[in-house]
Amino acid sequence: MLPVPLGHYLTVSAILLVLGIFGIFLNRKNVIVILMSVELMLLAVNLNLVAFSAALNDLAGQILAMFVLTVAAAEAAIGLAIVVVYFRNRGSIEVEDVTMMKG
Amino acid sequence: MIASLAFYLFSGILLASAAMVVSSRNPVHAVLFLILAFFNAAALFLLAGAEFLAMTLVIVYVGAVAVLFLFVVMMLDVNFVQLREGFQRYLPVGATIGVVLLGELVMVLGGWRIAPGSDALRFAPMDAALDNTRQIGQILYTDYILLFQASGLILLVAMIGAIVLTLRDRKTSRHQNVATQIARTPADTLVLVDVVRGAGVPVDHYLRPKVTEAKPVAPADSHGGHH
Repeated sequence: MLPVPLGHYLTVSAILLVLGIFGIFLNRKNVIVILMSVELMLLAVNLNLVAFSAALNDLAGQILAMFVLTVAAAEAAIGLAIVVVYFRNRGSIEVEDVTMMKG
Repeated sequence: MIASLAFYLFSGILLASAAMVVSSRNPVHAVLFLILAFFNAAALFLLAGAEFLAMTLVIVYVGAVAVLFLFVVMMLDVNFVQLREGFQRYLPVGATIGVVLLGELVMVLGGWRIAPGSDALRFAPMDAALDNTRQIGQILYTDYILLFQASGLILLVAMIGAIVLTLRDRKTSRHQNVATQIARTPADTLVLVDVVRGAGVPVDHYLRPKVTEAKPVAPADSHGGHH
């Protein structure tokens, strides 16, 4: 079913996951890019699920990937709403400014 | 052969655009590269035979999520140059953790194999006679109906949450005042003028609504405490 061995798919998704984590560390201040990096990591997870689903001829992986997609969309919507509210209150989206709840 | 070449092409573009997402100087460019990454991931899904998921990825991610990101990036008046301070400072620790994690993943990939009895453990074996979308539909609405409904609930909660978070009561917005509208009588708005034959109507006696002094917009709590 897969055009290449399963390991190639897994390698691509592993690199994608590491790029997402790298992006979180690299853009420590910018919440929007952090959210985009989280999307990349979820995409890597989906790629893994689909690759295993195709390799094992089991459809459950694709179903799970669809649910991951749903949760990722909800997470992006809520996250961006929080960013907008935060920017409205503080005039910045720096992560390090998020100290209002500190006692 | 062509399929494997396509796999390498699409995965190369996917990884390159993902690298551009995390390292791009301009967040708008980052979002555009994110869209490119999603398209190439959809192509990889197609190559793996997951046609329905590929189309869902294009519709949901490119059509909704990426556009949402683009809106937010363009709407917020953020000094993105200032946000990139410390980029160089965080580079070593990020690279270190990334390399360590990649090494661990390579070790997992190197020593990994499918368990011998795994065929018997499959939840939903594929049927080669049916196409992908039909198979997904057949199990999504039967075996996974509860999870499907739960994901719908998650989306509902996310929608309500996003609206509640971003809704604000502007002081300048005009609200409909139902009580005022119902209490309105003809005497408030109509003037009957006796017209002398041949003399016409003086200009200031045209029938028109009484001009009342424009009241300042009521404070937010005057129309109920439902916010």
